[in-house]
Amino acid sequence: MNFMASKQPENSLLGPESDSQRTLYPYVTGTSVVALKYKDGILMAADMGGSYGSTLRYKSVERMKPIGKHSLLGASGEISDFQEILRYLDELILYDNMWDDGNSLGPKEVHNYLTRVMYNRRNKFNPLWNSLVLGGVKNGQKYLGTVSMIGVNFEDNHVATGFGNHLARPILRQEWHENLSFEDGVRLLEKCMRVLLYRDRSAVNKLQIAKITEDGVTISQPYSLKTYWEFSAFENPAQGAIGSW
Amino acid sequence: MFRNQYDTDVTTWSPAGRLFQVEYAMEAVKQGSAAIGLRSKTHVVLGCVNKANSELSSHQKKIFKVDDHIGVAIAGLTADGRVLSRYMRNECINYSFTYESPLPVGRLVVQLADKAQVCTQRSWKRPYGVGLLVAGLDESGAHLYYNCPSGNYFEYQAFAIGSRSQAAKTYLERRFESFRDTTRDDLVKDALMAIRETLQGETLKSSVCTVAVVGVGEPFHVLDQGTVQQMIDAFEIVAEQEGPAAEPDVDSGQEASAEPEPEQGAAAGEGVAPMDI
Repeated sequence: MNFMASKQPENSLLGPESDSQRTLYPYVTGTSVVALKYKDGILMAADMGGSYGSTLRYKSVERMKPIGKHSLLGASGEISDFQEILRYLDELILYDNMWDDGNSLGPKEVHNYLTRVMYNRRNKFNPLWNSLVLGGVKNGQKYLGTVSMIGVNFEDNHVATGFGNHLARPILRQEWHENLSFEDGVRLLEKCMRVLLYRDRSAVNKLQIAKITEDGVTISQPYSLKTYWEFSAFENPAQGAIGSW
Repeated sequence: MFRNQYDTDVTTWSPAGRLFQVEYAMEAVKQGSAAIGLRSKTHVVLGCVNKANSELSSHQKKIFKVDDHIGVAIAGLTADGRVLSRYMRNECINYSFTYESPLPVGRLVVQLADKAQVCTQRSWKRPYGVGLLVAGLDESGAHLYYNCPSGNYFEYQAFAIGSRSQAAKTYLERRFESFRDTTRDDLVKDALMAIRETLQGETLKSSVCTVAVVGVGEPFHVLDQGTVQQMIDAFEIVAEQEGPAAEPDVDSGQEASAEPEPEQGAAAGEGVAPMDI
């Protein structure tokens, strides 16, 4: 007996699907990824949490990975789908290298390839449940883009996924400018990640910051942000409205 | 070449290690009307001789745009060429759609060569009877390739295929060292002169030839007859029989372009230079 047997109404357009299953909901998920362009390339930050529903179950999940020579991919959403995407990209880069000619896939190409993959899966009602951030530098050109699980894609000077869109992007819109130095970029990203840590319940205080420049990718060792909980408003949080919830 | 008992199938080797059907396919290329190609660091020019069967009919199309950055000139069985051009266009557009980036010429050429090779190893197929000069631009610069029915491909600074192409090749061999750094207009002029060599005495006019250009900032396109005729008129003062030692006359300022001087270096380059670049 199959508990998850999918029943189709008579007029379904989904085609034959005996025991096949489609992605219905994610299980182990990563939260926001935030990224911005700076003077020498792209900076990207993501925490290392893998949530299992409301449980902060896994705390050493690397959600950013280098792709080929020129790109860096960060993902939020279902971790197993991210791993599947990494397998697709691994194969893509392998075949690209096998040509053994002077050409290589840059971040723009990888981003568009991913867009095609995500959109095609969405059309089959079997999405890869991720929001991806793809950044890189090739021949001096910086590139930063994002793709969602339904195939929405665009490029910008700074991007974020999930809660990052609501909490980090406004900060970036105010404070981002061209030719940020590395230190300023990191400071800006940490500011965003700190807000997310305070306000996003699926955030964990263990993050990595990744940098990609013409010379290659560096992903930092995991570290934690300093937090401050002594705000007077936190001391007696129920002062203004006593209640059980 | 003479008929022999090993030339019926493409899948039959001769004792000397030859595949005669493939060689016969290459003969078909040599019988087609001439096509030439030459490149500089930033541009590639393709040209071909286009003679209509009769005054009543139109010309056979021998130059095809494959993408904004790639074009091809064919010689031989033009029907095979048309089919291969469609294949190339398909590959380019699929790549562009997936990666939003132009397909590198070198990769297209390899795919084409692999496709040709398949036809040399199936008993139910025959080799394509067309040679292709593929001109294109990618990240690593301007490229000119020649794809053979045998499935081989080579990169060239300049090349000519088809009937009477040897005359054009001789001209190109003399001048190719100057092509690298030459201007776009001089490159087109050299192409026209190479075409003229294949005509062997006939007057060169824009109604018998077709010229196409691709370069940095210039998508692949076929030059229109008027422009071609203008360029021909500009240098067509000396007789065609001008020997190899003398440079064709210096252009007067009639041309639209601003570069009149042919390179000095090439005049000193007597004798045949080796073909491999």
